[in-house]
Amino acid sequence: MKLGIPAKAVPYLQAAPLALVLLLFLVLPMMMVFVASFFDFNMTGLVPTITLGNYIDLLTSRNTFALYLQTLKYALIVWVITLVLGFAIAHFLAFHVRNTLVAIGLLLLCTVPFWTSNIIRMISWIPLLGKYGVFNRTLLALGIVDKPVDWLLFSDFAVIVAYVHLFTLFMIVPIFNSMARIDRSLIEAAVDAGAGRFRVMTQVVVPLSKTGIALGSIFVIALVMGDFFVVKIMSGGRSASVVMAIFEDVNLLFYPPAAASAVVLLIVVTLIVSCILRLVDVRKELTG
Amino acid sequence: MKDKVVSHLRDRITPPGRVSRRALLKSAAGVAGVAAGSGMVKGFPTVWAQNIKDVTLTHVGMSYSTIIDIARQATKELGFKVEMAVTDHPGFLNRVTTQPDSVDIADGELWQALLIVPRGRFQPIEVNRIKLWDKMTPIYTKGTFEGKPVSRQGVSPIKVQYLASAEAKGLAKEPTEWATFVPGFYNADTLGMRPDLITRPIQHWGELFNPEFKGKAAIQDIPAIGIMDAAMAAEANGAVKYADKGNMTRAEIDKTIALLIDLKKQNQWRALWSTFDESVNLMAAGEVVIQSMWSPAVTAVRARGIPCYYAPLKEGYRGWGNGLALMRHLGGIKRDAAYEYLNWYQSGWVGGFIAKQGYYVGVPETAKEFLTEDEWGYWYGGKPAKGIITDPYGKPMEKAGTVRDGGSYEDRFSKIACWNTVMDEARYMNEKWNEFRTA
Repeated sequence: MKLGIPAKAVPYLQAAPLALVLLLFLVLPMMMVFVASFFDFNMTGLVPTITLGNYIDLLTSRNTFALYLQTLKYALIVWVITLVLGFAIAHFLAFHVRNTLVAIGLLLLCTVPFWTSNIIRMISWIPLLGKYGVFNRTLLALGIVDKPVDWLLFSDFAVIVAYVHLFTLFMIVPIFNSMARIDRSLIEAAVDAGAGRFRVMTQVVVPLSKTGIALGSIFVIALVMGDFFVVKIMSGGRSASVVMAIFEDVNLLFYPPAAASAVVLLIVVTLIVSCILRLVDVRKELTG
Repeated sequence: MKDKVVSHLRDRITPPGRVSRRALLKSAAGVAGVAAGSGMVKGFPTVWAQNIKDVTLTHVGMSYSTIIDIARQATKELGFKVEMAVTDHPGFLNRVTTQPDSVDIADGELWQALLIVPRGRFQPIEVNRIKLWDKMTPIYTKGTFEGKPVSRQGVSPIKVQYLASAEAKGLAKEPTEWATFVPGFYNADTLGMRPDLITRPIQHWGELFNPEFKGKAAIQDIPAIGIMDAAMAAEANGAVKYADKGNMTRAEIDKTIALLIDLKKQNQWRALWSTFDESVNLMAAGEVVIQSMWSPAVTAVRARGIPCYYAPLKEGYRGWGNGLALMRHLGGIKRDAAYEYLNWYQSGWVGGFIAKQGYYVGVPETAKEFLTEDEWGYWYGGKPAKGIITDPYGKPMEKAGTVRDGGSYEDRFSKIACWNTVMDEARYMNEKWNEFRTA
């Protein structure tokens, strides 16, 4: 069938639907947020005069830095833990389970908790970690402590436990995917050449899993940086995050400062992601 | 029932002096329902009966007031459809201001009106179209209770009850012909405590800061309300003096937050709760023994067989209230239906239903008709229950002989110290509150 479309136009036409969707649902809203971040505001609404006030307020507030410090701290700790867990689990699935079908079956098993909602999985920690929860009762019964430990819940610890529980899978899947593509003969060759387990790991497995590690890291860091609900519930309001401050502003219809804060957060997350992408050329590894 | 409503509405919209047409309509009203299907009578009444049936009003508000049973009852009695849409405080503000056409009846908190009215989202309610306006509680309509002025610290009802003009972008300080809303539910809040774990009497808000309850106290994590509880406690302790707690200066906010942070460092706060359920769970699980609480949460703890007391305190209560406003886009038959709904809302069924949840309504005397003498005595009168007291759904709640915490309606509302609020320095307050969270 001839449609008379010049060959040059074909790739553009093929990309057009996605481009249109992204334009309408990503670029346009982002532009609005960007524009709104320069508006002035008062209790009665937006004042459409251009001002840098929102950014100046934001960047000169001590609170902003405290919030970023807190959020980055969560992101870093959660990243390290999910990376170690994710790498270990993926390694087990990819190299220790001989049967590919069993490995995929086990991987699917990892996703079982995801059949329930995020919120339920998070909240189900509360009766376990509470002052009179399962862990504390057990510790008391075993005589390990003589009064309930209260840092288990409504603390940074609780927040990190919930994040790790919620996000480890996002690390496992891409790392497993990379490891599954590693040619087994490479490892054999390394062993034949006299490499020990440690050298095989550091010089063969890790470099070849880089793509998965990078993708998993992007997922986990972006998810933690963009969260406010887990922090709110699991810290019992005793901690906060950057997005929580945005949420509070939106609550009272203070859109311009919320927009400015969102733009700054976007820049920070983009910087982090581009650093990761500089270290690992994801595109090359995926296609190569 | 439908015919009654139809004829009632029609009486309103028929211009005076057109008696002959009105008489004709009146006689037609009886057969309108039948005729609608048969096509025998053509013209106005049929169209009207059809139209009113097709009206659907969307009543949007917070979970405690947008109760499905109210919508069902209204639909049954009024002949047109009322639907409830539940949202939370921030969701409400954002929906009403950014999606105003998706809301017909906006049932928000008093302080929210301060943010919505200047944005022109409400239309003024003509006071003379609200039948029971004269019987409405003066807490809302006059800013008084039993002849005495009600506290104006925070957003007290009278500050937002009236609009300056029909154009309605500004609030009036004194009663006018245009209301922002008709009164919704309201109540007086205080501290909740576990009487089995705190055996001595609690009489002051300052107890919230008492080191005796280190690690076992909580306040609410909704800055606008939490700051008021903190201010009540700080003022009671003499730690901070306020010119107006409801509209603090930056210096007053600084001092209050510094106090909260200090207490946090001494591990006073077990948690800051942000939903009703959280407050119930904290109290029921024994994580917390004293905290700011909402009245039905106290009931919910007790319903689990765990003692919980809603302590009346010397310094008084933190009041809050709702109002039902009409959205700007309402017009024609839909506006008439909305007025009909507002009038029905005040006519007693709603008041009787919600009294059993512990809330009060605009016209208490109509609520009385929908309560037994014993229920009226318990909920409004502060008298010991003669029989078992049930919740709105008929589930037993309190034993005979129980007295409602805090006593009678009069006892509570003569002691309102402040109201839920949004301050001029709200943005600064939010920022400081976040500082408290991260500290």
